[in-house]
Amino acid sequence: MTWSTSFNPSGGAAIVGLGMTEMTREYKYSANGLAALAIRDAIADAGLTKDDVDGLLVNHGVMGSLRPDLQKTVGIENLRLQTLMNGQGSTAGQMVQYASLAVQSGLANVVVCVFADDPLRGGGAGAAYGGAGRTTSGMASLNQYYGHFGANTGYALAARRHMALYGTTQDQLGAVAVSTRKWAQLNPIAMQRGDMTLEDYHGSRWIVEPFHLLDCTLVSNGAVAVVVTSRERAQELKQPPAYIVGMGQGHPGNPRHAGAEYEVNTGAVQAGETAYEMAGVGPKDIGVRELYDCYTYTTVVTLEDYGFVPKGEGGPFVEDGKLGPGGSHPTNTGGGELSGYYMWGMTPLSEAVIQTRGQGGERQVEDNDHVLVSTQGGILDMHASLILSADPTAGTGGHA
Amino acid sequence: MTRPAPTSDDASAPFFEGAARGALMLQQCRKCSRYFFPVQEVCTNCLEADLEWAEASGDASLHTFGVMHYLYHPGFAQELPYNVAIVELAEGPRMSARVDADNDSLEVGMALKAAFEQVEDIAVPVFQPA
Repeated sequence: MTWSTSFNPSGGAAIVGLGMTEMTREYKYSANGLAALAIRDAIADAGLTKDDVDGLLVNHGVMGSLRPDLQKTVGIENLRLQTLMNGQGSTAGQMVQYASLAVQSGLANVVVCVFADDPLRGGGAGAAYGGAGRTTSGMASLNQYYGHFGANTGYALAARRHMALYGTTQDQLGAVAVSTRKWAQLNPIAMQRGDMTLEDYHGSRWIVEPFHLLDCTLVSNGAVAVVVTSRERAQELKQPPAYIVGMGQGHPGNPRHAGAEYEVNTGAVQAGETAYEMAGVGPKDIGVRELYDCYTYTTVVTLEDYGFVPKGEGGPFVEDGKLGPGGSHPTNTGGGELSGYYMWGMTPLSEAVIQTRGQGGERQVEDNDHVLVSTQGGILDMHASLILSADPTAGTGGHA
Repeated sequence: MTRPAPTSDDASAPFFEGAARGALMLQQCRKCSRYFFPVQEVCTNCLEADLEWAEASGDASLHTFGVMHYLYHPGFAQELPYNVAIVELAEGPRMSARVDADNDSLEVGMALKAAFEQVEDIAVPVFQPA
């Protein structure tokens, strides 16, 4: 048992509201404005008003645009819980976890968790995510000299390590891009819905080998907010509750030293085991996987680390398209970050809420009893997991 | 325009001074002997703030690498595609690096040896196949 025997939070709270702005490549609103719109829509989706909100957890993106006092932007006074959180891409999962604990303990009753970012301001995404424009000195300036820029490079080097150790191939990475695009084609709000074949994948330009352009997420401006409340309150509200039945985190603290293999064994192992145990389920019970897929490789390694396939066998596992529509392992059913929209951990979380509620339209997965959410940050450095269920009897918290 | 030359600062001065005389310098914990890259103030292993600079062997292996095709900085315009490596030093630490070899010849695990190149007024380690 990895949590308290006197207080098991499994199933005691639920996500009851989801608000998403339009995802754009153009600059229309600041991150502050985007956050306000997503919060407004999430509250309305839940059937609540802003007077009901007494907790606000805020996560800014790469631009660092949001402040802890975001509440002023939406005119919410007298919050009982508020902070700016930063576990990078894992923050979405973390926010929901802390919100779940807060509403179950009485620290707050209705907690909004929001992410917003506006990296696209006329330049390319490389300007925001590459870091080449930053002036550095000392040891850090060595990285500039070596041309080690940005998240693309960090993940490409992790992917290469996996390919070298386990024989993972370029075709297998491409299979992830293709299956994820097929889901995006069923999602009206996905940003990239054109046809993609494995040939298209191989034909897309190199960014940093082993990554082609189509191995990488498409950065977007936008915001997503969710509303978390107790299971009792959730049952009185407008939407089918997405009960939070499993939670876990794993932060390896990669020392970048001999012996560490965290590029191919991520914090998802520990985060996932904790969440499975809390939910009382295992990989076989998961019908829908919503995994942080900033790159194709992330999907491969994350599937391994959650136990869907043994370590090192993720490449062959994905190659036959089983992650796509109609496949045995539906994964990133909204098009993920690769083809859908890049809202850090809010990408997998938002689609997980939609799937748990059964509101996925033509992309809805039938077996949605347990939906896994994987949020991940840094270069595979931070990890937070959720397992959501529409079933009020799911989980091990003894609430049913 | 060329690659952006690194600049030494107080914390990294022993590293760059060592590079100028052909020595790869690392910090080492006086108590537990662990080596570090980049600069630390406190040993991450035993948490003692008692680190000294020591000369490393220069022996290394290629932990992983990529080949960059995207122009993040104008100083690399003439060098695309160039390799970006993580090398694992025999003493334990891993560092970003450039391998002075054809991109097509790189293999994870290959043995490397530190060498040094001069860029403007500062010397920088690069790694060559051993």
